[in-house]
Parts: sequence; structure tokens; C-alpha cells
Amino acid sequence: MAEVQYNWPRNHKSRLVGQRVTRVDGMVKSTGLAKYTYDVNLPKQLIVRALGCPHAHCRVLSIDTSAAEKVPGVVLVHLINAPTSGQEPIEIRADGTLIACVAAETEVAAAEGVAKLNVQYELLESFTEDHDLAAAEAKKRTQPAGGGVSLDEALGEPGDDEDEAEWEEKTLEKLFADSAYVVEGDYGIDAITHCCLEPHGSTLHWDGSRLKVFLSTQNVSQTDDGFAGALNITADDVEVRCEHIGGGFGSKFQPNYWGIAAAEISKKAGRPVKFMLTRDQELKIGGNRPSGFIKVRLGADESGVVQVWDSHHWGTSGFNGSTVAVGNFPYVYVPKNYRRKATGIVTDNEPSVAWRAPNHPQACALTQTAYDDLAAKMQVDSLDIFLRNLENIDSPEKASVFAEQLRIGADLIDWRKHWHPHGKGTKKGSVVEGLGIGIHKWAGTANDSNCLLKIHPDGGVESFCGTQDLGTGTRTVCAIVLAETLGLPIDAVKVNIGSSTYPFSGASGGSTTVGAVTESHRRAAQDALAKILDLVATKLEVPADQLEAANGKIAVVGYSDKELTWKQACSLIGIKPLEVTSTYARGTASPLSSQNVGGIQMAHVAVDTDTGVAKIKRMVAVQDMGLIINRTTAESQIYGAMIMSIAAALFEQRINDPKTGLFVNSQLESYRLPRLGDIGELIVHLHEPESERARGVIGLGEPPVISGAAAISNAVCNALGVRVPSLPMTPKRVLDALQSAKG
Amino acid sequence: MKRFQYAQPHTEEEAVELLADAKRETVVLAGGTDLVGLLKRSIVAPDRVVDIGEIHSLRHIERDGDGNVWVGAAVHLDEFLDDGQTDPYASAKQVIQGISSIQLQCQGTVVGELLRRPNCWYYRDGHGLLAKKGVMVIEGANRYHAILGNRGPAKFVNASRLAPALITLGARVRVMGPEPNRESFMDLADLFRTPQTDAEKENTLGRGQFVTHIILPPHGNRISASYEVRQGEGPDPPLAAAAVSLDVRNGRVQDARIVLGQVAPVPWVAAEAASHFVGKTISEQSAAVVGHEAVAGAIALSENQYKIQLAQVAVKRAILRAAGFDTGGLDQPMPQRPFSRQPEPSPLV
Repeated sequence: MAEVQYNWPRNHKSRLVGQRVTRVDGMVKSTGLAKYTYDVNLPKQLIVRALGCPHAHCRVLSIDTSAAEKVPGVVLVHLINAPTSGQEPIEIRADGTLIACVAAETEVAAAEGVAKLNVQYELLESFTEDHDLAAAEAKKRTQPAGGGVSLDEALGEPGDDEDEAEWEEKTLEKLFADSAYVVEGDYGIDAITHCCLEPHGSTLHWDGSRLKVFLSTQNVSQTDDGFAGALNITADDVEVRCEHIGGGFGSKFQPNYWGIAAAEISKKAGRPVKFMLTRDQELKIGGNRPSGFIKVRLGADESGVVQVWDSHHWGTSGFNGSTVAVGNFPYVYVPKNYRRKATGIVTDNEPSVAWRAPNHPQACALTQTAYDDLAAKMQVDSLDIFLRNLENIDSPEKASVFAEQLRIGADLIDWRKHWHPHGKGTKKGSVVEGLGIGIHKWAGTANDSNCLLKIHPDGGVESFCGTQDLGTGTRTVCAIVLAETLGLPIDAVKVNIGSSTYPFSGASGGSTTVGAVTESHRRAAQDALAKILDLVATKLEVPADQLEAANGKIAVVGYSDKELTWKQACSLIGIKPLEVTSTYARGTASPLSSQNVGGIQMAHVAVDTDTGVAKIKRMVAVQDMGLIINRTTAESQIYGAMIMSIAAALFEQRINDPKTGLFVNSQLESYRLPRLGDIGELIVHLHEPESERARGVIGLGEPPVISGAAAISNAVCNALGVRVPSLPMTPKRVLDALQSAKG
Repeated sequence: MKRFQYAQPHTEEEAVELLADAKRETVVLAGGTDLVGLLKRSIVAPDRVVDIGEIHSLRHIERDGDGNVWVGAAVHLDEFLDDGQTDPYASAKQVIQGISSIQLQCQGTVVGELLRRPNCWYYRDGHGLLAKKGVMVIEGANRYHAILGNRGPAKFVNASRLAPALITLGARVRVMGPEPNRESFMDLADLFRTPQTDAEKENTLGRGQFVTHIILPPHGNRISASYEVRQGEGPDPPLAAAAVSLDVRNGRVQDARIVLGQVAPVPWVAAEAASHFVGKTISEQSAAVVGHEAVAGAIALSENQYKIQLAQVAVKRAILRAAGFDTGGLDQPMPQRPFSRQPEPSPLV
């Protein structure tokens, strides 16, 4: 057998790759038949509910569980963050931290048990004012979070007798003094939460010493390790399954301490256990994204190209005291000279975890609003500023792609027709309209992935891979690749994913999954097909390289009478299935996948200056992603991301009570999100010229969620002629900004 | 959630008996769109839940001989919206359209909407209606709280979106209980109150009493409209709202009723501003003056100064909308539902 050359079919030869394919699991999901973790119930299971700490900062002194244990139906109480008799008090640093669990026969009994837990707390002063750097410093709640200076080599170096810091300061000040335009601004973006519709949790049971877990996870292949490590067993004694997941967005990579507690309770009780977080617990401890607030000064030349950037940002990632990673500033646009500094604020909130495109949406909004303010100051077209500054970006090879994407986006949003200088649009009643841009990048490198492909002598095809479908259509992608490669209809292949007993596949994070599974599934299918072609070649007495698999047949190219049906071909395998296991290791150079995508988004908004209400009229996303596997789900991914951007730009924020630190809007009834009527018209353009397609598959999950908020902020500023400094731009903030501008 | 007894009476009298049980805390269940969430979080923890959905007399909209339109307590919001007999009450229909959540419209009831418990996050987090005599709100996160009627311990805003419209339309309510055959009537505005102690609720119903009907008087030639300042579409509470009902003859206002929503612990009747409007012609300028007067006496908390402006704008735009003028704002078109439910036969037919 000749060595298999892994590749993708040429564009005109693709039957399924790049086409619009309905999700293979669409019907079970839309009819409710799909089993999410929350739907899994096991015989004789106990329901677990937990007490969340009602204080943002306190010590748990003691707990009395006797009343809870007497509630009819309660089986046991399990302590998590509560001292047993004689132990030291336990400090709690976030509202909602789980203190103790109650396992009971019913949900009601568990909840009643929780209500009867008697906990003694010692209240401690809380601090959650993440936007107020001075207040944080006064309370000694800050810690350095990195930074540095980068200056153009042409500016020389400090002399031997010069202090380096002083020289840098002097050099920067000279750059600003020489700038034709200097913009100074304050911008910010609040912390938001993941809001997974299916909260974190699991249903699990022990089978002797083996733990079987149905877990709401985006990391099927590695959470077995997490359970094993915490429970002092080995990973081969843990099976993790996740058929469907109701949202993860970066927050579901671990078993989490409540997952471990569920396993411990199940062990103690000798019964299956179901433990899902409640809604407020999901928002409080399930995951959040760090806030960022920035003070920026930038200097530009006569043509509006930024030559120097100087920023200090702060914010919080909870009680571990970090903020948005400083390495992302300034974002995409990187002038030749910059200084950046970050300060983390320790607040009494749950630590942040990865949120779709970690750090990028905040860095994008905090950078590109300042760039747009340069356009406002110059009273020139923002599009021109965004185009001109492509001469200084961190991925110079993407400059022409960005330029083309900006041109396409401008056409789609009718930029030239609707553009007006900032604050100079026509006012109808109290309503003004505006346009804005954001621009973003992402790596999207394929993750590790293995696939076991079985082709049965009767023609049956099934694959096994320990990946998971985050709701983005991973099953469908796997099926497309197998069916395309083997020349079969999509329903002729059975894709099995979502179990840690299947071959390892990496976590779904960082836009790595489609690259990963297409690598492993294409490789496995090409390897298997090569073996079958060899068998058919012998049978038909033709060279294998003249055969192709298409339309359910293996045929000699150009000779319609020389062919076998797929079933006939598979009968040549023998009596045992043909099994092929493929392996792809992250970072391996491959013709099938690549990395580094870019995209732009534009927003057209209307703002009511009497009420401060901002409304999306139209948003455009132009995105490259290399080779598209499924056009339908790729677009769907971008629609969802744009809606999340609208949420962050206009609606959502974690609101901490300034006095107590409590997370007051931790229910979805008070945590505001956009509704269908709030998202306007969304236009998605998949940017796939042959030059992009030829790069192979690149992840798409995160990039389209990055620049939308910046675009909306810039559009609101273009409409009003006034910057609403912090996101979300609530009516209150819009009115406050207008009031401040009036003086 | 606490265990509770569930009862499903078939007559108003049975309902009163079940509700008036002196030994048990009882609560009425209508559509359940608010109550069920509160039960699950133990914010409301009754011993008995009385479901009034199967009481036939409460499930209809009917006009009596005097031209009053009676709306039963189990009538859903979408049924009110679809019923031709309620067409003259434009301001109420506008509010229901603005709720724009099919689930809430079809499952929620008109009376249930009136009696929705406050959205105050301190209340809904278990700190009680007054949240430590108002101190938690004063020191805390109060961007959505009251700007009027907030000098006492109550700082929450009344949650009903329909109440301002129905009050301006002159609605009364029929109340049954606490004895099985005891019937009483009151103006809708009197159903609401500002609690002064933790023992009081935001409505005046006593133990064993429940609202069976809303009674809307004949509309006559009045014009009406509502205007809600909503951050977004859907079921989220508006930031401020107003409803007006005007008698306009020969281009001049003869009588005006103006009620603000989402600004005070009760639907806020702006009687003085309304009386000043009498004799005036309707214009953008005169409407703005009324808006300004309607918030006279407003006191902002630390984070809700902006609501004073929003309330003024809501009043102004409600007046302009009632008169058929362009409000000049970012008014979202009222979404239409894609279906209507089949009406049930009336018991009187």
C-alpha cells in the first residue's frame, strides 16, 4: 500500500465538506430526546443540594447539621467548606461558595435540609469595587499584573550613565510631544458570567471501585484524571460521559469541587447521586470573565497612524487578584512604541475561568475604542483609521486579509451611505444613528485527537473519539469528514463521541476541536479507504490509484462499468472489521489544519438620547477560518458569538452590592441578556477565498465573539459624539455620559 | 422549596375556604409564572397553594349590562390581548404587547401580573420586602429602585406593568373572602400599598381574600396609551413607565389620569400633574411639562438619578402616543404573536 497523503478534496470535488449540512443530532435536540447531563437519572439516586455562602467575605466558624439530618428524606450531610468540631474556621472569599451539601431522596427534601443547616459566620469586610483603582489601593487590594515597554530600535538606547526608566519616560514623552494628535481616554468593561443554560453538575455512581460519571463537561477525555486525582484512584477506574452539553464557554474543563463532593457522597451513601448547581450558584461560582478598566494615551501622526501607546489597566478576576492579561494590549494594532501596565484587584468574587476567547474581547474593546476616539478627534472616517493602522499590527501577514475583510464588511453594512463624522449625524426626534468597527485575531490551532474507525465487512461504518459536542456541531463535522472521505451518504456513518473510554481527544477550548477531529477522522478514513482500495484494486485488477470512492461505490475513474458497491467492497475485508486508529498531535505540521485567523465586525446602531437606550440595527461579521467543513454550523457559530457580543456591549454585567459584596443579579430574571428583539439584523460573511481554504481547517469558536463589543461601542460613540466609557452601555451609562459631556 | 399542600377548587367559595385556613399559610396560584420561581427559592413558603385555574367563573372576559368589561382572574394575558371586548383599552393592550414573551403572555394571567411580587433583588434573595428597613437598598445596588414614594422603609418598585394602564382606565377589582360569600369591590389603585413594616405586603388583600375579577368601565371617548422605557425587548422589567387616559374635546384636555410605573412601591398616581393638564392642548411641549410635573418630589437614591429623566420621558411619550403623535423616540414596533388560542365557551352562552 502506498503511503497515504493526507489532504482535503479540491473545492469542486467536495460533496459535503464546505456545504450546508443539517446537524445529525438536530432532531433529537429539538424534540427533547437528547440526553443532557441534567436529564440523566439513575435508579435509587439521591439528589444533592448545597448551601452557598450568603456572604462575600467571612469565616465559617461552625456548622450544626442536626436539624438538617432530621428532615424526612435527608440521607446525609456532607461538609465542603465548613470546619468540623475542633477545626480552624474557614475563610470564604466569594458569595455563593459552597459550604455544605445535603443528599436526600427528593429535591424538595434536599432543599429543606439545606434550609435547616445552621452555620455560624464571622463577617469580614468585603471589597468588590473593581473599577475604582484608588479605592482598591487604599484598601491594599491591588497587586502588580505585569507590563513593560517596547520602543522602536531606531530611537536608540539609554546612554551608559542614564537611568533606563527615566530614558524610557523621556523618550515616550518626546513621542507624544511630536505626535500630531494625542488621544487620552478611560474605558472599561465589567465582569460577566458564563450563564450556561445547563448548570454545572453530574450524575454519577460507583460500580465497586469504578466511578461512572455523567458530567456536563467540555473535556470528556481528561476529567477522568481530575476525578481520579482527587479521589485517590487511577483514571482507568473512572468513566466520564457527556452526550450533550447545555453550554460551557470555557467554564467546564474540570470536575470542580462539587463534582468531587458528588463522588464522595455517592461513595458514602452507596447510591447514585445527582448534583447540579442551582441557577444562582451557576452564576456565582460556575464561571466568570475578568473585568478591565484602562487609562490610555495614544499619539498619532498626521495621517492618523498611531505611533505611541501608553496604558495602565486594572480590573479583577476575583479573589486571586488578577485582571485581563497584559500581553494582549494593545490589541491587534501594535504601534512601534508602547508601554503597558496592569494591576490586579483582589475582590471578594469567585476566581475567573476561561470565557470564550479569554482576554481578547476585553483587550479588543479597551484598545479599539481608543483608536476610534482618534478618528473622532480627527473628525475623519473610522474606517480609514482602521485601514491605515493596518501598517502596524502584530500579524503583518494578515494585513491584506484584514483590509479585504474591512472592504467586504463596509459593503455589507453600507458604510459609505450611513457614515457621518462622530456626533454629526442627523437627529430624528431624539434618535441618532452610528457606525463602528472592531477587528480581531485568534490562533485556532488543532488540538490532540485520536480516532478509532471500524469498517465492518457488511459496509457498516462507526467511529469512536473521546471528543465532545459543545453544541457547535462536532458530531456533524465528524460525520461529514467520514462520509466525504468514504464516498458515503452522511447517515451511513455512525459517530460515537462523549466518552472517556473512547480514544483520547483534547478538551474543547481555544477553538481547537474542529481542527482536532477533522485531523483524526480524515486521517483514519483516508487510512481505511487506502486499505479498501487496495483490496478492490486486486479484485478489479486495476491500480489502486485509479480508484475513487464516491456515491456509495468504489469505481475506476472514468470507467463506469468497473466498480463495486461500498458493501461489495467491504465484503473483501474478511470476517473481522477493519479497524484503524489515527493520531494527531497538536502542533504537528499538517496539510489538513493550520492556525491564525482574523475577522472584522461592524455595527450600525440607533441610540435614543432621551432614554439612553441603544439598539442594534445591523451587525456584520466577516471571518476567515481556513477550510469550512459545515457552512451551516459555521455561520451558526458566528451568529451566536455576535449575540454574545451584543450582550456584553449593551446588557450583561455582574453587579456586586457595594456594601456587602453580594452578587445581587445572580438569577437570570435580573441578569440582563438580549432577547430576540434586541439583536437586529445579523449578517455573516464567511471569508473563504482559495488562499484561505488552502490553509486547511482552523478553529472558529472564539474569534467571532471578540470584536463585536468594540464595534458596538464605537457605533454608539459615532452616533452620540460622546464616548460611553464602560461596557455594558446601559441606559444609565449612556445618559450619564451625555450629562458629563454637557458639563 | 418547602413541601406544601396543593388544592384545586372549582368554585370561588371553595377557594376562599381553602385560603382562609387560619392554621396554614396559603397562597393563590394562577399562571404561576412568578410564584413557582419564588416557591422554588423558598422566598414564598406557604403550607398550601390554591390553584384557581379550574374555577370556571374566573376564566372569561364578559361585558355586563352597564357596559363594564369583567376580566376573570384566570384569564391569560394573550386572551386579554385577543379579545375584541378589550379593544377600546389601548393602553393595556400596548403593555401586554410590550411584554413580548410568548411564554409569559400565554401562561401569565392578567390578575397575576397585577400581583407580581417586587423584582427587588434584595427581596428575591431572601432579605425581605423592606431589606432591613430600606438600609440595604440605600447603601446598596439601587439602580432599579424607587425614586418616588421612597421616603419610608420601602424602596422597591411595584412590579406590575399593567397596573398603571388599568388604573388610568378606571379599573376596579372584585374581591372574595375572607368569608366564603363575602364580596367586595375597590378601585384598583387601592389594591396596592406601600408597606411600612415587615409584616405588611405590597397589596391590601387580607388572609382568605383573593381577586376574582377586574372590572373595566365603559371607555367612552377617552384616549389612552402606555409608554415603557425598556432596556431591551422581552420580559425584563421596564426602567420606567407611564400610562395616560385623556378626555380631549375641541383640542383641549378635559380630564386626565396619569399613572407611573416602576418608580415607586405602588403604581404612582400623578394627580396634580394630571389636573394641571386640564384645559391644555396636547403638544410635545405641553406633554414635556406634564412629564416634568409628574416626577415632582422625586428623590434619587445613590444610583438611580437617571430614572427621574426616564419617568418624565415615559409620561411625555405616553401622552403623545395617546394623541396619535410620533413620540420622537426609539420606539420598537409591537411584536405580533404568530397564533391565537381558541376561546373557550362562555358560561353564560
